[in-house]
Amino acid sequence: MRMLAVFRTPRRLNRSFAVSFLLFALLAIFGAFMALPLIYAVSNAFKPLDELFIFPPRFLVNNPTLDNFFDLFALMGNSWVPLSRYFANTLFITIAGTAGHILLASAAAYPLAKYRFWGSGTLFSIVILSLMFSGHVTAIPNYMVMSWLGWINTHASIIVPSLAFPLGLFLMKQFMEQIPDALLEAAKIDGANEYRIYWSIVMPNVKPAWLTLMILQFPALWGSDGGNFIYSENLKTLHYALGQISAGGIARAGVGAAVALLLMIVPIALFIITQSSVMQTMATSGMKE
Amino acid sequence: MQAEVNRHAASSLIQAKKPSRLAYVARELRKNKHYYLLMSPYMLIFFTFTVIPVVISLALSFFYFNMLEFPRFVGWQNYARLFLGDDVFMIALKNTFMFAVVTGPVSYIACFLFAWIINELSPKVRAAMTLVFYAPSISGNVFFIWLIVFSGDSYGYLNGFLMKFGFILEPIQWLSNEKYILAIIIIIQLWLSLGTSFLAFIAGLQTIDRTLIEAGAVDGIKNRWQELWFITLPSMRPQLMFGAVMQITGSLAVADISVALAGFPSVNYAGHTIVTHLMDFGTIRFEMGYASAIATVLFCMMIGANKLTQKLLRKVGE
Repeated sequence: MRMLAVFRTPRRLNRSFAVSFLLFALLAIFGAFMALPLIYAVSNAFKPLDELFIFPPRFLVNNPTLDNFFDLFALMGNSWVPLSRYFANTLFITIAGTAGHILLASAAAYPLAKYRFWGSGTLFSIVILSLMFSGHVTAIPNYMVMSWLGWINTHASIIVPSLAFPLGLFLMKQFMEQIPDALLEAAKIDGANEYRIYWSIVMPNVKPAWLTLMILQFPALWGSDGGNFIYSENLKTLHYALGQISAGGIARAGVGAAVALLLMIVPIALFIITQSSVMQTMATSGMKE
Repeated sequence: MQAEVNRHAASSLIQAKKPSRLAYVARELRKNKHYYLLMSPYMLIFFTFTVIPVVISLALSFFYFNMLEFPRFVGWQNYARLFLGDDVFMIALKNTFMFAVVTGPVSYIACFLFAWIINELSPKVRAAMTLVFYAPSISGNVFFIWLIVFSGDSYGYLNGFLMKFGFILEPIQWLSNEKYILAIIIIIQLWLSLGTSFLAFIAGLQTIDRTLIEAGAVDGIKNRWQELWFITLPSMRPQLMFGAVMQITGSLAVADISVALAGFPSVNYAGHTIVTHLMDFGTIRFEMGYASAIATVLFCMMIGANKLTQKLLRKVGE
């Protein structure tokens, strides 16, 4: 087992080589199953048109080209609403939604993590319960609430609900419980009020949790197509615009592949950067019985 | 008799000292007003867009409501129609169960198994493998890549390869053939499903106390399977709970993939799920009461599945 550098060097107890080999073979096979479609998406984006429609189809690209990306920008430059508009919309939704979520979720998580007071247990149970159902359950009443608020066809209809995802509060609360009470006591003795403690003691200490909330929230908003709430063309998102291009069929196949790459590369890059923080937060993600 | 009187006196004393519940709440609210203030923005939004909609949905399921007329109370009629008179719902229910029974446990076990193997790798390789397994679930909607793989003409990758090697002579219409739709959606759902819970498992495994494992070896744990059952799994029970909640919710709410791959509605409802049924009545036929009844059934299924799983997980390592 030690001859392969990928294995961890310290000696582990109770290991047989045959089973290890079998398990790692399993990992390799399923790793390939997970990775191949993504590799294919990348290689597709660089294929010239004749390679995209070759028979039998070829997995990797032979003569990589950037034409698909140039075509994409040329195409979007000619369209009625410029690409930059969709991009700005998506960027606005993503940044406002993610930053707001981190701020509100951590503000709510701090009292729940550190203090017991009337209603705190009940409120947290409701949040836990709401982890257990998907947004589809509330899709219809949500639309009604939106229309009562007059938020149909505004970016608020996407941003505001996303500020209160239950998963963010849950992870933030679990992570904050690790902050030593002595630290908060010391701050209190030094005369800091609760808001001060939250802002200058708790928040800097939960940076890994921020980054985790970011990596969970970002892909959801980055990939949002406006759902049922946004109808104006100039308010729509990048994902929607690119979906329209992909719907162009064979003539747009190359551009569609470039689009797919653009959509997937951003969240993946973000995850690579934040990976270690995410792991740190997830280590506290236990649900107590 | 004396004791009786004393008890009366004592209890009236306690009564006098014990403030009424309302006063207690008011005092608590005053004392902790900073905490309530900190929580208020989140809770306001959370209640407006999550809790109240669920309550509305529960209530609406007893009404006939088409968004134009005033809701009309119909009692259990929506549920009766759902379970007794709706063949398509039965198909949706069956398909959803198929999804849940296959993708739920399989992806849950896969999440754990891969996390467990990955945990034995050196840190750099571990990071790379984590990325490989997690990437599909955050790469947005790239599952349309699978549309190209399962495309019905000879340019589809699966058809292309099968034809090249002579397994088939003519391309198969993968996504418009009832026989294949459900299986294909299940495969792609599995591909996407190693998400948050997978990360939680990897992280949970790394926090297990090494000395526990060494102590176990001294106490007679012979192989890695015993180590897994008696030490690893019980140590990360909280993460297992969390993962179960995430996986169950995900596998019961499959819809987007079905719609993207098999269309809406799919051929002969082969890829129809409870959520697509809900979308059908909610956004196309505008029968909000009926759609709410569907949502309520789904909601109960999710809660029930979660309670059951938590009960099962408590037995781990015993």
